[in-house]
Amino acid sequence: MPSVCLYFHVHQPLRVKKYKVFDVGYDHEYFNDSSNSNLNNKKVLEKVSQKSYLPANSLFLKLLKKYPQLKLNYSFSGVFLDQIRKHLPFILTSFKKLIDTGRVEILSETYHHSLAFFYSKTEFERQVNLHKTLVRKIFGLNPTVFRNTELAYNNELAKWADDKGYKAILAEGWDPILGWKSANFVYRPIGTKKIKLLLKNYRLSDDIAFRFSEKSWKDWPLTAEKFSQWISAINGNGHLVNLFMDYETIGEHQWKEHGIFDFLEKLPEEILKDPENNFTTLTEAVQRFPAMDKLDVPHVLTWADTERDLSAWTGNAIQSSAIKFIYGLEKDILATEDIKLIKDWRNMQISDHFYYMCTKWFADGDVHKYFNPYDSPYEAFISFMNAANDLKLRVETCLKKRKKKS
Amino acid sequence: MLGWELPPFNSGGLGEACLGLSRALSKKGVSINFVLPKRLNINLDFINLIFADVDEKIGKLASCYTTCISWSKIFPSESFSPPQNYVKSAFRFAEKIELIIKNLKDEVDIIHAHDWMTFPAAMSAKDILGKPLVIHVHSTEFDRTGGNCPNPQVYGIEKKGFEKADRILPVGGFMKSMIVEKYGISQDKVKVIYNGIDQVKKDLPPALTVFKQLGYKVVLYLGRITLQKGPDYFVRAAKRVSDFYPKVIFVVAGSGDMQDFMVSEAAKLEILDKFIFTGFLRGDEKDRIFQAADLYVMPSVSEPFGIAALEAVVNGTPVLISKQSGVSEILKNALKVDFWDIDEMANKIISVLKYGSLKRDLSKEGSKEVTFLTWSRSADEVLNVYEQLV
Repeated sequence: MPSVCLYFHVHQPLRVKKYKVFDVGYDHEYFNDSSNSNLNNKKVLEKVSQKSYLPANSLFLKLLKKYPQLKLNYSFSGVFLDQIRKHLPFILTSFKKLIDTGRVEILSETYHHSLAFFYSKTEFERQVNLHKTLVRKIFGLNPTVFRNTELAYNNELAKWADDKGYKAILAEGWDPILGWKSANFVYRPIGTKKIKLLLKNYRLSDDIAFRFSEKSWKDWPLTAEKFSQWISAINGNGHLVNLFMDYETIGEHQWKEHGIFDFLEKLPEEILKDPENNFTTLTEAVQRFPAMDKLDVPHVLTWADTERDLSAWTGNAIQSSAIKFIYGLEKDILATEDIKLIKDWRNMQISDHFYYMCTKWFADGDVHKYFNPYDSPYEAFISFMNAANDLKLRVETCLKKRKKKS
Repeated sequence: MLGWELPPFNSGGLGEACLGLSRALSKKGVSINFVLPKRLNINLDFINLIFADVDEKIGKLASCYTTCISWSKIFPSESFSPPQNYVKSAFRFAEKIELIIKNLKDEVDIIHAHDWMTFPAAMSAKDILGKPLVIHVHSTEFDRTGGNCPNPQVYGIEKKGFEKADRILPVGGFMKSMIVEKYGISQDKVKVIYNGIDQVKKDLPPALTVFKQLGYKVVLYLGRITLQKGPDYFVRAAKRVSDFYPKVIFVVAGSGDMQDFMVSEAAKLEILDKFIFTGFLRGDEKDRIFQAADLYVMPSVSEPFGIAALEAVVNGTPVLISKQSGVSEILKNALKVDFWDIDEMANKIISVLKYGSLKRDLSKEGSKEVTFLTWSRSADEVLNVYEQLV
């Protein structure tokens, strides 16, 4: 009886342009690269839209119409929604069409795709609320399931989400924290009353997200039939299969030429061939299935690398110094009450900035390099810190002016 | 193996590279007869040294020479002589090798020659033995002259050697493209073998302590002061840096025909007071200056490999290297820049001086990385080449 829970995360960061130390004090636009490189945010957005968002949306709209049992889940970062509203409103329209079917659930997260929970709880809550407001405004929905940036999760976050009345929260179904337990059941985070925990089945998710085009993989090529058999095999050993992945998997990370669209087109039919199987939204899943046990996650768990911790974002000296610098500005930035300054500051919290500075190149380097628009982690750090210093200078200038006035 | 020089009787990277590679190959079970043109008082237990006793006067080699005038400056006439004498020596080497080679007949599977002075000898060895010839290129006439009027005789010897070789091993990808384009060699025959380094960091007494105590940051230029190494770009970047970050000194370690130019240029830009010229350094003195530096800058216009960058990293010093160097193709934990991009060079220098965590991570990650860039690794690739040929 596994219920298949398909959840896609949709996000595009605002990459900091090549910003030199000589620009500090003069150039206050950090994200407006207009070159041909992958630092040009608008260009990347357009490219990914053509390769992924547009064709994927039209495929899923078709499938939702064809299979009344099909259900989907999406989370959108506020930074992504900002960008498509500004540059490509028709992409937003195509997402709205999916949501209008009434069978698509939207999740709650931080507006700025940040790791604020671990640096400033108050700023974190502000970003969650900003995101809620935006989702309500654009889609008319009130999300009741929370996912934190990079699936970063621990007991404390679960407690927070429980207190806020969320019905469910997502995390990585990582074996070392599960022990003999299976990710294919629903759990209750330790120390919480009502909230339930949904865990990513990372093996089956990564079969699609990472391994789909990998010819050296023993199960290549992956067919919808084969994948559905794996799902059906869970029957009796689990209640649900959580397939969580980046939406860009479809068409951007895994190419059309390698058959990802054909695979997805056939998937619902193959899965539904087994009458025991069905599709579910996250909220339905936690309503339908009981929590089988409590789960204790004292340390931060994320989706990334073999460590599944925050080390891909804060593991080295350049990363931790950069992230501390940014959160160290909080009090002064907020005191300026300057909307543009605060917005820039929040966009400097986007977790991708710190991911680009990751130096774990030799162990899990390939994935990092693939996603890195800079020549090296050090280049990413230099541009970021120079821009961050400009931000700090602007704050100081602004506060001085305000003081003079009063 | 045919070489021209070995440490400590070496003038530059060629001898060091021959020694490092030979040692690593012999550890992997290759038995090496190493032929040098002239008898030297050295003793190495891992190779069988043979001296060809060329009677021409052989001086130390210059790693580069731009013009005939700079050549004669490097070698004042009484102590040595124009390139023609090298050519003569190279041919004498070829004559002498005949006898040596005949005695080694049954011991040789591969002939491996380093740089053009050994090519005539290597070619005649190939003719006599009929064994595969591997040519290792540490610099070409185009590198040494910066492309300005390469000596036609030397170019001719190089081209003939490349044509006759079964495999050519340049020390960097840029050199590979030069061998293909300038010498018309098929690229299937050319395989890049990067140099290695087996050095470990030594615990040495600190240098430049007075400046450091006063809070000055140290930016280092180390290498020959010649056109190829980009000293003019260094001075111009230094000007840009000191305008933004005054508490800095620039240490120039090395000598060469552009030293006067460097001094007068720094004076013209009114930053001469920020410069220290140490002259040529070697051994512990060199390592101490590396360790004292906050950043080593290698702004080379043309740099077949650039071993000094790895020496800096071994000493825990972050490096900013030009994208035009061979070493920039393999060293990941380094800052890189186009040698002509003064603004970006200055941006990166200032960033290292300003952001302590950047210096820390470059040093930490670089030190880890450099332990993999050994001669043993290079030797494995050379062995692959041997196996394909034998």
